[in-house]
Amino acid sequence: MEGLFFNVDNGFLEGIVRGYKAGILTQSHYSSLTQCETLEDFKTQLSATDYGNFLANEPSPISTTTIADKATQILVDQFNFIRSNAVEPLSKFLDYITYGYMIDNIVLLITGTLHERDTHELMERCHPLGVFDTMPALCVATNVEELYHSVLVETPLAPYFRDCLSAADLDDLNIEIVRNTVYKAYLEDFYDYCASLGGPTADVMQSTLAFEADRRTINITINSFDTDLSKEQRAKLFPAIGRLFPDGNNQLAKADEIEQVRVACENVTEYRAFFDTSISAQGNGGASNDYGGESGVAAMLEDRFFRQEVYLNKLAFLQQFQHGVFYSYMKLKEQEIRNLTWIAECIAQDARDRIQDFIPIF
Amino acid sequence: MSGTGPRENVFATRMALTNMKLRLKGAETGHSLLAKKRDALTTRFRAILKKVDEAKRKMGRVMQLASFSMAEVTYATGDISYLVQEQAKLATFRVKAKQENVSGVLLPAFEVDRVSGSDFNLTGLGRGGQQVLRAREVYAKAIETLVELASLQTAFTILDEVIRATNRRVNAIEHVIIPKLDNTIKYILSELDEMDREEFFRLKKVQGKKKRDAGAAEQSRQETEQPVEDVEGVGDLLSSKDDDVIF
Repeated sequence: MEGLFFNVDNGFLEGIVRGYKAGILTQSHYSSLTQCETLEDFKTQLSATDYGNFLANEPSPISTTTIADKATQILVDQFNFIRSNAVEPLSKFLDYITYGYMIDNIVLLITGTLHERDTHELMERCHPLGVFDTMPALCVATNVEELYHSVLVETPLAPYFRDCLSAADLDDLNIEIVRNTVYKAYLEDFYDYCASLGGPTADVMQSTLAFEADRRTINITINSFDTDLSKEQRAKLFPAIGRLFPDGNNQLAKADEIEQVRVACENVTEYRAFFDTSISAQGNGGASNDYGGESGVAAMLEDRFFRQEVYLNKLAFLQQFQHGVFYSYMKLKEQEIRNLTWIAECIAQDARDRIQDFIPIF
Repeated sequence: MSGTGPRENVFATRMALTNMKLRLKGAETGHSLLAKKRDALTTRFRAILKKVDEAKRKMGRVMQLASFSMAEVTYATGDISYLVQEQAKLATFRVKAKQENVSGVLLPAFEVDRVSGSDFNLTGLGRGGQQVLRAREVYAKAIETLVELASLQTAFTILDEVIRATNRRVNAIEHVIIPKLDNTIKYILSELDEMDREEFFRLKKVQGKKKRDAGAAEQSRQETEQPVEDVEGVGDLLSSKDDDVIF
């Protein structure tokens, strides 16, 4: 049924996104980009792609940050175009996408307020996708209590904050814990929302979000080894969704070392390969094979997560009549920007041996 | 010769000579000591120069690695600079300065003092935490190298200055003070000799004069005595009584 009326509301935008997707850089683009000697060459190579002359007005020498910023700006422009043309329920779905960035921005503002900095200058550092109309209003707050209330009143994130944290928590807890608590609530809510949409959107989005949740769970576990984060606190940060939930999550909550994490992930076939140290050379050149020991596995993990994320997001494009493509396009594009920054960074720092460590999308 | 070259402004006396000789001896001892110091410092200087060179090369490599690890962090988590800046409360990396004595020269040496534990150990909890940790380690190493380099570089500059000063002193002693003292001693000796000769001559002259005077006096006495004796011997022969005349 949903296929019947999908195109009435969303057909145009889906077409647009699929068109955008065709502009994502391919392997051949990447291979010519990695041949570049200087960032000027890099710029010239990029101008032949969908990026066009996005760096044309930049004074040379261009920095890698500028490249990342400009590329993000293009993505933001595309997103805003889609967003402004969307109707319910797609518009709501797109809003959900922005919430993730919003959380980061608000956390940034909270950090600024906690340390009594001028939060206005932080506005520039905020991710453009997470900017909302009332964000400047948050800058007015001078103490944490005020900020908490304005977050509740002004932002769409109110439910997450209300349910998980009190004003005092903002002050007491480590800011990373705040961020992850809120993000957990966001993921769960997004997941529920997708489920409520039903149909192919639910199918596609739930597998993507489940992976995202599992990734966070595993990352939090590994990153909290040898820190003062207690196991109870850690368990509270795990999203209650994903393929590891609830069994794997429980095991992860008790884990003390990477080996236990591996055991916890054994039950999921896809995740088993992440911990396999023997196949470091998958894809091109093998990422981070110069690491050793426990941190080596963890560092490789990050890379494999990215690969898996790209894979899942590519799968989303195989289904039609669903909203997942919008989310996936954003994620793929983000990965592409990361890749571009990485290659630019490698060129700028003359680290040719690591230049292949990006994750090709198509 | 006493007239060539500069000399101390002294009176040519034996005491001055003794003083000068003492000073010359002192200068020679000082010269050899300073020369030894210079050699020791130069050896040290060369060693440091080598180390500075090595440290600078290492610096380049380490810094490159460090900024690359930063790129990895950016790849994995995005921009974390603000969070890290705000959450850092206590310096975990401190530099301690102490002094080292190399042949009387005090060289500052910087030491790294790392306090374990950090304020931003939860940064990148959601993702990229490993990269953040790695970047932290790599940067700590980079700063260690930097501190080492700073220590060497300071020592290098100070030693350079001290070596110059010492060199100047050695040369001054060798080429100015010692010749001057030598000259003075020669001058005093020649003056003394001259004085000796003068004295001798004077004595001779006095002696000659005395002799001449004595001769003249004798002569005049003889001249004046003879008539008196004549008169007295004749006229007063009976007035005086001879001791050996018993009767």
